[in-house]
Amino acid sequence: MAVPSYATPLERIWHYAYVAICVAIFFFLIAPIIVIIPLSFNAEPYFTFTEKMRSFDPEGYSLRWYDSLLTFGMQAPDAVRDTSWWADAWANAKWVKAAKNSIIIGVCSTIVATSLGTLAALGLSRPEMPFRRAIMAILISPMIVPLIITATGMFFFYSNPCELLTIFGFSPQCGRLAGTYVGVILAHATLGIPFVIITVTATLVGFDQSLNRAAASLGANPRVTFFRVTMPLILPGVVSGALFAFVTSFDEVVAVLFIAGPDQQTIPRQMWNGIREQISPAILAVATLLVIFSIALLTTVELLRRRSERIRGLSPQ
Amino acid sequence: MTALNFGDDMAITDPSGPATGPLTTADGKPLVKALARSQARLRRKAFFLVLPLLAFVLITFVVPIGQMLQRSFYNDGFSANMPLTSAWFAQTERGTVPDDAAWQALALDLQASAEARNIGTVGTRVNYDMPGTRSLFTSTGRKVRRGIDPPYQQTLLEIDDEWADPQLWSTMREASKPYTANFYLASVDRTRDAEGNIEQVDERQRVYVMLFWRTFWLSGLITALTFVLGFPIAHLLATLPMRKSNLLMILVLLPFWTSLLVRTTSWMVLLQQQGVINDLLVWIGIIPDGQRWQMIYNQTGTIIAMTHILLPFMILPLYSVMRTINPSYVRAARSLGATSWTAFRRIYFPQTLPGLGAGAMLVFILAVGYYITPALVGGSSGQLISNMIAQHMTGTLNWSIAAALAALLLGAVLALYWLYDRLVGVDNLKLG
Repeated sequence: MAVPSYATPLERIWHYAYVAICVAIFFFLIAPIIVIIPLSFNAEPYFTFTEKMRSFDPEGYSLRWYDSLLTFGMQAPDAVRDTSWWADAWANAKWVKAAKNSIIIGVCSTIVATSLGTLAALGLSRPEMPFRRAIMAILISPMIVPLIITATGMFFFYSNPCELLTIFGFSPQCGRLAGTYVGVILAHATLGIPFVIITVTATLVGFDQSLNRAAASLGANPRVTFFRVTMPLILPGVVSGALFAFVTSFDEVVAVLFIAGPDQQTIPRQMWNGIREQISPAILAVATLLVIFSIALLTTVELLRRRSERIRGLSPQ
Repeated sequence: MTALNFGDDMAITDPSGPATGPLTTADGKPLVKALARSQARLRRKAFFLVLPLLAFVLITFVVPIGQMLQRSFYNDGFSANMPLTSAWFAQTERGTVPDDAAWQALALDLQASAEARNIGTVGTRVNYDMPGTRSLFTSTGRKVRRGIDPPYQQTLLEIDDEWADPQLWSTMREASKPYTANFYLASVDRTRDAEGNIEQVDERQRVYVMLFWRTFWLSGLITALTFVLGFPIAHLLATLPMRKSNLLMILVLLPFWTSLLVRTTSWMVLLQQQGVINDLLVWIGIIPDGQRWQMIYNQTGTIIAMTHILLPFMILPLYSVMRTINPSYVRAARSLGATSWTAFRRIYFPQTLPGLGAGAMLVFILAVGYYITPALVGGSSGQLISNMIAQHMTGTLNWSIAAALAALLLGAVLALYWLYDRLVGVDNLKLG
């Protein structure tokens, strides 16, 4: 974006001011995320750059907070670091447990959300779909309704999922869903569904329906048509929807606070505890790892998006 | 004439039926019906693809919220456990002085529910409307559990003379109805006096209306701030060449993909009194060491952190609209003599309004329901209505009022969502 040749001097000044403003806003966007990375290597338990860090003294930096992620919650953190120490860390360290829980819950809820969501998106993008707009609005609503309301509703429902049947005159007893993995997975799947719907329907907008008819005319049954023709073409959209659903689950804390039990501590839940109780730079170490994780995810989604646009011929390159 | 004859010949010789009748398919069915049937089949097929997800969302999302809403107007904590007293209330007029029958009903109910260990539920229900009465029920319950003898009025008043309080009886009368609007009244800082008239609660207890106003005012302010910060960025990204703008877009998308808790944490680190920004200001010499700014654990913290977190939701819709604006309109305006400001104001800006509307509504809807960030960086002056709901859910355990507050918030959000759907369309929602 260059200054046009007919610009007046005032406009030139304004143009440079505008660029400066944009740089400042970009700085506002990105600096808070970048600044925690060096701070997580702080040798002292402070949240600011110490004298030694500012003079780039190696003594000012350390990996102690990353180490504490492994040792926190271990039975014998000071033992010799042999196989049994690592086994202890794997089994007992709180952050390791939280990471395992986050991944289990994230992967399972992503599978539920993506499979159901992709199926529904296929239906929703057919022109014959009845009540399309209303159904779409319902399916997107978990993203819009404030999380605290969703979590409150789920808290009541999951503590006695059979209560609903009492309206029909039954009074069955069934187990609680609150405090179980299934409960958290179902909750997170619900929250991830809007993202899958949005990304997959967006991909299907550019999908050429005549390809399906071509496959059918060549003798493929609907199942073969779906897996051999439709699926490969919409796969980038499905994968990025799945990544969105995974990130939603991986980042979610309100529903976990309300319906998870002590066994389902996830990384965000553990961070929430850490921030509320005794905030230590160990939180910054986790945050740094999560930033790296989100950079990896962002790169994947961007590559997928470009691939999808190239397949559908939407992008000029 | 020949043409007509030819047509007649066809009609006679055509084996598929008379040409004057309705069009039919190969097997003789009317085409209109066959078409309608195949359309219906296609509709059913499409619907069955959506059905599993719709059922899933209805069960795990819509029903739980419906159940929660039911709690905002239904509470049988009193009526189910105090049947005799509830019956007496149902038979008498409001304001009736409790007679012997009332005292007998109360005493027997208290005894029975204390024996069944439900007295706590009853006390909690009355306590919702009249704070401080739960202990009256539980302590009386302990004393009458093994049995209570007449004269009931005297016995109860000997245990605690608060039982004679007309306000208590009026509150119990309200609580004896399982269906009630009182929780909604309470969530707009209203209550019923002894005669049943609606009045404002004591000035020191008025919190909810103030919190709703604060929530909407702060959300509006944050929306305005995201617009002020997002507009130049979106404009820059939309006018730069694709290659450069894709690169800069990463700076917008990275915060979008970064965990909410990470972003909140980094603002805590930056804004603390011993944090990076204060240290920097002291180091430069703008403020003396003794007067570090209090930028967190108050409204400022909430505003800064939420603006940062919601900014991408403004930039992305604005950007996607600005991308489609043809730059030659502005050039045409300039060539017709408009100054750059006039060209911007009259030509460019009106074309960005769809994106602005979409972004502003999205940011406002998300901001109104924010919980995590205000809870962590808001202190007491930066708390929003969501935090109050959470407080009632996990702290005071007043679930009915939590449900009523949630219902009001939900109503506001759904109204905005409906507006968003009408103006923007949910299927135009884009991510990344």
